Amino acid sequence: MTAEGTESCVLSVQKLNISFGSRAVIRDLSFAVAGGEVLAIIGPNGSGKTVLLRALLHQAPYSGTVQWAGGAKLGYVPQSIAADRQLPLQVRDLLNAKARILKLPPAAVAEAAESVRLAPELLTTRIGVLSGGQFQKMLIAFALLGDPNVLLVDEPTASLDELAQEHVYELFEKLRAERHLTILLVSHDLSVVYQSATKVLCLSMDAPCWGAPRDILTPENLAAVYSAAPKFYQHMHHHNYAAHE
Amino acid sequence: MPLTSSPPGEIFGIVLALLFAVAAGLVGCFALMKRMLLASDVISHVALPGIAVALLLGFNPLLGGATTLLLGTLLIWQLQKQTGLATEAMIGVVFAGSLALGAALTPQEDLAEALFGRFQTLSLPSFLLGVAAVLLIVGTIFRFREQLLLALFSPELAAATRVKTSRLDLYFLLVFSLTVLVGLRFMGALLAGALVIIPATTARRLAGSVPQFLLVSCLASVTAVALGYAVTSLLPGRLGLGPVVAILSTLLFALSLLKRSV
Repeated sequence: MTAEGTESCVLSVQKLNISFGSRAVIRDLSFAVAGGEVLAIIGPNGSGKTVLLRALLHQAPYSGTVQWAGGAKLGYVPQSIAADRQLPLQVRDLLNAKARILKLPPAAVAEAAESVRLAPELLTTRIGVLSGGQFQKMLIAFALLGDPNVLLVDEPTASLDELAQEHVYELFEKLRAERHLTILLVSHDLSVVYQSATKVLCLSMDAPCWGAPRDILTPENLAAVYSAAPKFYQHMHHHNYAAHE
Repeated sequence: MPLTSSPPGEIFGIVLALLFAVAAGLVGCFALMKRMLLASDVISHVALPGIAVALLLGFNPLLGGATTLLLGTLLIWQLQKQTGLATEAMIGVVFAGSLALGAALTPQEDLAEALFGRFQTLSLPSFLLGVAAVLLIVGTIFRFREQLLLALFSPELAAATRVKTSRLDLYFLLVFSLTVLVGLRFMGALLAGALVIIPATTARRLAGSVPQFLLVSCLASVTAVALGYAVTSLLPGRLGLGPVVAILSTLLFALSLLKRSV
């Protein structure tokens, strides 16, 4: 762990420990995130990626230090919502609810919808009939309400087809540039990680690692981290090669 | 229901029953969306042992019902915070246990009324107390409607928006119990939950947005009470107000099914 970027450090995590009951999921984890960075969090299933995000949001119990910079405003895009699709909720109902709780001006909802390119007619659509991509955009618009400067994003494309996936990642890229966001992104898609992350945090009980993508996403590292799932290594190797070309 | 009862008392009774219908319609929408119908049923049944004890000891049955309702509400809130299976099992136990205890304790001649309710004339103080309760219920729902919506869409996102979801659950359960309590005398312990659940379910079938949902639910609820009151006054005798209102609510629900399929 170096002290690099301490001046513009947005998040500093020291000796973080998280456990489910008696099972330690994350042990003595330390890392830091500088302003404007895209930190990708990768790791096999069960390595604690989601619970790490929730701990950073102070929504899951942990021990250790999670220190956000004074001006940090967090927006959260959860992985999946087990919402009842039969609810008579429109997209607008949901966005308005957050806007009113945060006492934002009424224009904030339209503005958030616009910045994720959510078509105006979708605002009056019931959430139950949204496509996967539209639902994801709604969640991102929801997170953008209140003007966060840090986005914590959990597997944003897990349930999307490839086209919609690319669309969502382009959207994050656009938002990051427009709003000078710092992004913490949990992702399975190592090619996306390689292309868009400025830092990678690799969670694994035996070999956690943290650094620039080219240092972390080496075949040796990935083999160690994903030892239980070698196909990830091959997948990565392929993309890695393509990216270098 | 003596026809010679003082007109103001009777009017107070009708007005409060209709106001109760508005509160029940609103609360029902959120109870339905929160999928806590089972918990709702338990809450109304929990009033019964309290009513029984009050009748036996000769104090106001509503006070007895309120006491066990409050205890039951806190119990259910605690249970909700624990694991799903344990909660469900405990709710089943509380449900059956309180109904049995109440039925066993309530004097035989009062049992039907305690279970199924009766139209009652009201004194001015009881009326004002009831109106205050309804205002508190409606006010609380409006004050917290955004938080409630977010929490039922996703507790996780609600928490990320700094909504205190556990406290919100408690507020909602208390408001729910208060609604049941206001309706207890009209609807009876067995059916006090019916007006919370059925109109909301009807509205759910007809509404496409949250404001519509709330409005239609209130209308369905008020209609059932108004019609129920008319029916029991036209056919005085052995018809309890609770069953009549519950049956009319169910009929409205059946109508909503027809309309949907056309």
